[in-house]
Amino acid sequence: MYDINVLYQAKTVQEAVELHLAHPEADIIAGGTDVLVQMREGKRAGKSLLSIQGIDEIRGVKMEEDGTIRIGSLTTFSHITNDPIIQKYINVLGEAVDMVGGPQIRNAGTIGGNTCNGAVSADSTATLHAWEAIVELTGPDGIRRLPINEFYIKPGVVDLRPGEIQTGILIPKESYENTYGHYIKYAMREALDIATLGTSVNVRLSADKKTVERVRIAFGVAGPTPLRAYTAEAIGNGKPLSMELIEEVAKNVVPDLRCRDSWRASKAFRTHMAVECTKRAFIESVKLCGGEL
Amino acid sequence: MQKKYTGKSAIRVDAYDKATGRAKYVEDMLPDGALIMKIAHSKITHGYVKSIDTSAAEAVPGVVKVLTCFDVPDITFPTSGHPWSTDPHHQDVADRKLLNQHVRYYGDDIAIVIAENSVAATQAVRLIKAEYEELPFVLDPQEAMKDGAPQIHEEYPNNILAHTSSSIGNYAEAIKEPGLIKIEGWYRTPTVQHCHIENHGVYAYEENGRVVVVSSTQIPHIVRRICGQATGLPWGNIRVIKPYIGGGFGNKQDALYEPLVTWATTQVGGRLVHFECEREETFVSNRVRHSITTHLISWVREDGTLVARKGEQFANSGSYASHGHSIVAKGAGSIPQLYPVPNYEGDAYSIYTNRPTAGAMRGYGMPQTTFAVESHTDDICKQLNLDPIEYRRRTLMPQGYVDNFSKNEQYFDSFNQCLDEAIKVMDYDRKYEEYKNQTGPIRKGIGVSVFWYNTAVWPISLESCSVRMIVNQDGSIQYQTGETEIGQGCDTAYSQMVADAVGVPLKDVHVVSCQDTDVTPYGTGAYASRQTYIGSLGIAKCATELRKKILQIAHDQTRMPIEILDLVDGKIIRTTDGRVLETLGDLAMESLYSLEDSHHITAETTCQIKSNAYSFGCCIAEVEVDIPLCKAKLTKIVNVHDCGSLINPQLAEAQVHGGMSMGIGYGLSEQLLFDEKTGKPLNNNLLDYKLSTFMDHPELEVRFIENAEPTNPFGTKALGEPPACPVASAIRNAIRNATDVSINVCPINPHVLYKEFTEAGLIVD
Amino acid sequence: MEKHQIQYQTVHFTLNGKEVEQTVDVRASLTDMLRNDFHMLSVKKGCEVGECGACTVLIDDEAINSCLWLAVWAEGKNIRTLESLVGPNGELSDVQQCFVEEAAIQCGFCTPGFIMTAQEIIETGKEYTDDQLRKLLSGHLCRCTGYENILRAVKKAIKKAMYKNLAKEQSAE
Repeated sequence: MYDINVLYQAKTVQEAVELHLAHPEADIIAGGTDVLVQMREGKRAGKSLLSIQGIDEIRGVKMEEDGTIRIGSLTTFSHITNDPIIQKYINVLGEAVDMVGGPQIRNAGTIGGNTCNGAVSADSTATLHAWEAIVELTGPDGIRRLPINEFYIKPGVVDLRPGEIQTGILIPKESYENTYGHYIKYAMREALDIATLGTSVNVRLSADKKTVERVRIAFGVAGPTPLRAYTAEAIGNGKPLSMELIEEVAKNVVPDLRCRDSWRASKAFRTHMAVECTKRAFIESVKLCGGEL
Repeated sequence: MQKKYTGKSAIRVDAYDKATGRAKYVEDMLPDGALIMKIAHSKITHGYVKSIDTSAAEAVPGVVKVLTCFDVPDITFPTSGHPWSTDPHHQDVADRKLLNQHVRYYGDDIAIVIAENSVAATQAVRLIKAEYEELPFVLDPQEAMKDGAPQIHEEYPNNILAHTSSSIGNYAEAIKEPGLIKIEGWYRTPTVQHCHIENHGVYAYEENGRVVVVSSTQIPHIVRRICGQATGLPWGNIRVIKPYIGGGFGNKQDALYEPLVTWATTQVGGRLVHFECEREETFVSNRVRHSITTHLISWVREDGTLVARKGEQFANSGSYASHGHSIVAKGAGSIPQLYPVPNYEGDAYSIYTNRPTAGAMRGYGMPQTTFAVESHTDDICKQLNLDPIEYRRRTLMPQGYVDNFSKNEQYFDSFNQCLDEAIKVMDYDRKYEEYKNQTGPIRKGIGVSVFWYNTAVWPISLESCSVRMIVNQDGSIQYQTGETEIGQGCDTAYSQMVADAVGVPLKDVHVVSCQDTDVTPYGTGAYASRQTYIGSLGIAKCATELRKKILQIAHDQTRMPIEILDLVDGKIIRTTDGRVLETLGDLAMESLYSLEDSHHITAETTCQIKSNAYSFGCCIAEVEVDIPLCKAKLTKIVNVHDCGSLINPQLAEAQVHGGMSMGIGYGLSEQLLFDEKTGKPLNNNLLDYKLSTFMDHPELEVRFIENAEPTNPFGTKALGEPPACPVASAIRNAIRNATDVSINVCPINPHVLYKEFTEAGLIVD
Repeated sequence: MEKHQIQYQTVHFTLNGKEVEQTVDVRASLTDMLRNDFHMLSVKKGCEVGECGACTVLIDDEAINSCLWLAVWAEGKNIRTLESLVGPNGELSDVQQCFVEEAAIQCGFCTPGFIMTAQEIIETGKEYTDDQLRKLLSGHLCRCTGYENILRAVKKAIKKAMYKNLAKEQSAE
């Protein structure tokens, strides 16, 4: 039994927006795998909830006409992993969310919930940052779209305005075209764990596979919000592909990190792993691109 | 005795019920309309509760009663699941009340709420306002021993719950021998928790003026005694029922919340009160494994000959005594036995600190001590450039060794046999050579560790086993004992042994799995890897008596002399020609309903056991160490055990798997953490506490050496706890083989590896 | 926001093949409803936060931790618990039989959840490597078995299912 004050339930996005406006005190609940945990531990005890679990219109993955991949916010992790569009164009996202918790959590947890709770350790987040995903929010004034890095404000807080519901995550064609990536979840055990560090790297090589046209690097749990390593990316972009380049890029993620000491890991530990994981994820990405090292 | 069913695998007697979800655990037996109890825990680590404001809690709709540490009887009681002693000097330490004003750890029990539903109870607990007088606290045992450290229990100066010394030969003189090499190390093991998947739960209600307690416990008869001691109720007024339990591993070898719930029901007119620990409470407010720091100094000759050794152990007992000194004492006692040494000095301390109470946990002091001793043994080999296996073969407890105190004897060449088998399974010799002097970021390693373990607790404590056997009208046997099934499979082993000892088919043995102190013969329960050893002696004695009665009736019914009658597989046989005279069913039916001479055929015996047995084994582990990622991955592992003759090989293997798994977690990942500044637990949940998952294990290999134990009619001895003992040290030694870095702390998690590899220069940031 | 009266809602769903209707307190988890209102006592509680897997049931053929699923979300779903696997005369399903035969059960508390995930795996009709199976089963914690015999049991059950499917196909031909 959960200590829920009032439970509101929406069946459509429109209904959810109206209920959210009418009951701004209610927390939105999607898959329940985070909200209910926090309710039990006391953080959200006694709060009212607005359940959007029943909104089927924002479930599933679609390819839009302009080539944008649309992931409905209520799509569960396991459905993302098993989706043919994801597997074909942005397989790394399916792999990343296949590392969330355990299988039962992945059958219930949603990508919308994973991003809206603002947790820096969420396994989708580094990859969504590295692929410059667009967050789609539907509110009383219609639809608002913003880059994912602007969506995250501070730990546990995202840019959701009164009445707004996250309805989709979009990956533009420009972002995924000819691009391959790899995600490394650094955790203390192989399953049922929270990331100590999440590292997502993706690479686009030139047609001859000799030049790094673009490299994008993002981290979860390397600062208060997910972050990109722009300094390192700038060093890699447009350079001839080589092991030395990869090592140089990896070393240069450090200036952009904002790790701190916590009981889960020291700053030094996370910093060391960020460099090492960048290197390894970069190498894997190059291999996926067909590049040779 | 027939040997038709023991020594062969048989399906667990409870397998069907557990596979279908029918097996009833405490919560499954709960009637409708139970009141729910929740506990308010202290929010400070050390101090006194000055006052508690319960008004807001009491105002929550559905709350029936709020009771605090100012309401409980002024009785301190012990909680340990040891057999009671009538000698006051050997009694367990009584150092806690049902709820405590002097709170000694973050999470101590200060008040309870009894409510009509769980939400109301939880809301009310959050509204309880306690005012405290805070005191300084201490988390580390060696700090706690210092003068001026916070005093946790007034009667124990310097927080020393107990200190024992032992000596052999003359250590001080022996170390003067010229040319001796001194090898010294400090070895640290963590606080870990049992993590049985079923949390401890208990409910109690009054019936006919007595309190009935249904509990997830390993020790129903002992719990009855403690409920009486803690509440002041006459022991006979308490009835404890133990259904199936979802694992125990020693945590439930303590009275946990049975005394509090017993008292709670008496405070609400005997209405049924149910309490179930939440996982967070299980981690902090039940029991944990003692974190033990071991200091070893060895004086050896160049060839490795052990001349003298000193061992000091400091056990973190936490806030209350629970099992007291017996855990570190068990480990400490093992040191000069595993590697006999002519000159030895040992000191063992149990120290109170402001951490959760440490109690029994699978291995009872031996995983800690084995980690220290077997890491140290490899350190000696490393320093003297000796082969770790050869060195062990040369210095381990030899065949023929007898311990003067326990009278245990090493009857066989068990260590060499176990090592030989493990070496073969792992291809050890080749790999050990191949893995020397590796370079590069990813390296492999292989390591070994041995252990020994006592079976049961004689001569430290009472060992007895009471058994009742009843012959049903169809010739089947009802079997009852107080030695409990907790998942390990002893009910199945009992059924096999009863079948052979009485002489009936296995299908005709009905083990009564649920213990009820009103009807179950007295028994102390499940602990000390004793059930099969002790149970078999109880079974042998009771079966002898039952057979005597059966054969007497057979004689009366068939007129054949007793001397030529036998009971084999449920049939009365005339031994001279093998003729079946009647079945046990015919005999029992006739006997019970006879108009002339009616008998209800039963036997009930208690046997006292004044023997014990060494159990032996070893573990070899292979790892792959990714140095830059600071990860040690276990890639292959084998445990080899000499636990005597196997009663049920398949279940024996399954027991070893579970112990190995616990050892893997101990070696690599598990550790309960506390905030040094506040004393607050940091990771008391199954997400942050790193219990091994399905993906953290390689295939677990198990082998047995079956040397029949001479002191036991079935040739059996300890297996429940031993598998957890040697694993962490084998992993540690494998990591050393891979990287040449000796790590004296477990768990060897990535944080530890990062620190060690940085210090060793393997990582340069 | 003021505290409202306890909210109740009637949910309709399929439980173990049977259409059912139940009025529940909206605060109840699916675990609460299955245990308290339907006496599906195989649904165990080990942590109540989705970390142990003991409460796993199948919802529309997917394994879910019922502790983190609101009872009202059962509306319109097809929910299966361990009780659904036993035949009308108490026959064990293949997965259950394999758990019994392989000594994959000790204390038995994690068993119902594990069997339900194993059932989900078998119903995919696919073959898996050991590593894949370990991952598919990794949402359950077990402290007794070291997972070893559980893996053996699931592998055996998959093989059994494959043979049965093969036999079916052959008899159809």
